[in-house]
Amino acid sequence: MAYIDLPEGLPGIRGPMAFRPETAKPLNLLAEVLLRDDNNTLTRGERELIGTYVSHLNDCWFCHNAHSGLTQHYLQCDIDAVDAIVRDPEYSNLSPKMKALLAIAAAVQKGGKYVKPEDIARAKTEGASDTEIHDTVLIAAAFCMFNRYVDGLGTWAPSNRMFYVQRAPARAKEGYANYDPHH
Amino acid sequence: MAHIKVPDGVPGIRSLAMFRPDTGKHLYDLVQVLLRGQSPLSPAERELIASHVSAGNSCRFCTSSHAAVARELYGEKSQIVDCVIRGEDTPLLSDKMRALLVIAGKVRENGKKVRPEDIQAARNAGAGDRDIHDTVLIAATFSMFNRYVDGLATLTPTDDAIYAEMGKRLALKGYVPPQPPVA
Repeated sequence: MAYIDLPEGLPGIRGPMAFRPETAKPLNLLAEVLLRDDNNTLTRGERELIGTYVSHLNDCWFCHNAHSGLTQHYLQCDIDAVDAIVRDPEYSNLSPKMKALLAIAAAVQKGGKYVKPEDIARAKTEGASDTEIHDTVLIAAAFCMFNRYVDGLGTWAPSNRMFYVQRAPARAKEGYANYDPHH
Repeated sequence: MAHIKVPDGVPGIRSLAMFRPDTGKHLYDLVQVLLRGQSPLSPAERELIASHVSAGNSCRFCTSSHAAVARELYGEKSQIVDCVIRGEDTPLLSDKMRALLVIAGKVRENGKKVRPEDIQAARNAGAGDRDIHDTVLIAATFSMFNRYVDGLATLTPTDDAIYAEMGKRLALKGYVPPQPPVA
């Protein structure tokens, strides 16, 4: 049971969002621009992967799985493939640019000051633009917020990973902007 | 120098909101509703939580700016802010705020560090569901802002007078995104 009286039956972030819609609104609009707006040189799959990776590093079950589901949907792979990337991005088949951006995300997860000039230089050498670096840092920072919101209130989450995989196509279509947490 | 090309001489989060207004808008809307919208916690108390978390994350920009706002809002009791950001207890703190600051500090580390005993202590001191929700979300949100601002190495002024000025302006006007210059 969560630490506060949240509406029944809503897992993860959905309970807190239903509890306080006024703060949910800018959180969802931020997620929409950052993760789903196609006017971005990083694909939706790449951006969801950054969120998934940071959620894994923060050990947040709900967020890790919710965004793994979306990542595998957009990258058209299975959940094992996403798991393998997230366990060891440097060893994966990702582009050198994505590996560099995930290294930045891992540093942000520890703390802003852990991002070193060498990490930025590596990303730029691999072709990352200022906007891509900005978005990587903000996605990583935002997931450090979302993970803490979800776990700090003691919310529950389904333990069956297929729940998140099955929900992903509908969630990808629906997006974040006008998201109704009751659904 | 920031890791990306942000407007010269503009500090912290403001430079990032100017670099990417699409995300900046929602970040400012979030902080405005979180720190100034309706809550059982006063704006001063909420700024105190933000300052405490930012100090714990060693983010000089966020700590200095929100401590400055908090001092303005606390007025004669402004000493409370300096004690909290130095990690010192003070009789100026209500039992409720003391317990909520413990929760905020744990969220700052990781949401899972919050224990049922921490929540119970807050309830025993008079905290309700909204107090707890807002405390957790503020701590989570500043865990994001601290990483965002330092992760991109934005300009951090070292002159206290600059923060004092920011504090007065923010106490008076709240959080308004930087407007693009009129052509």
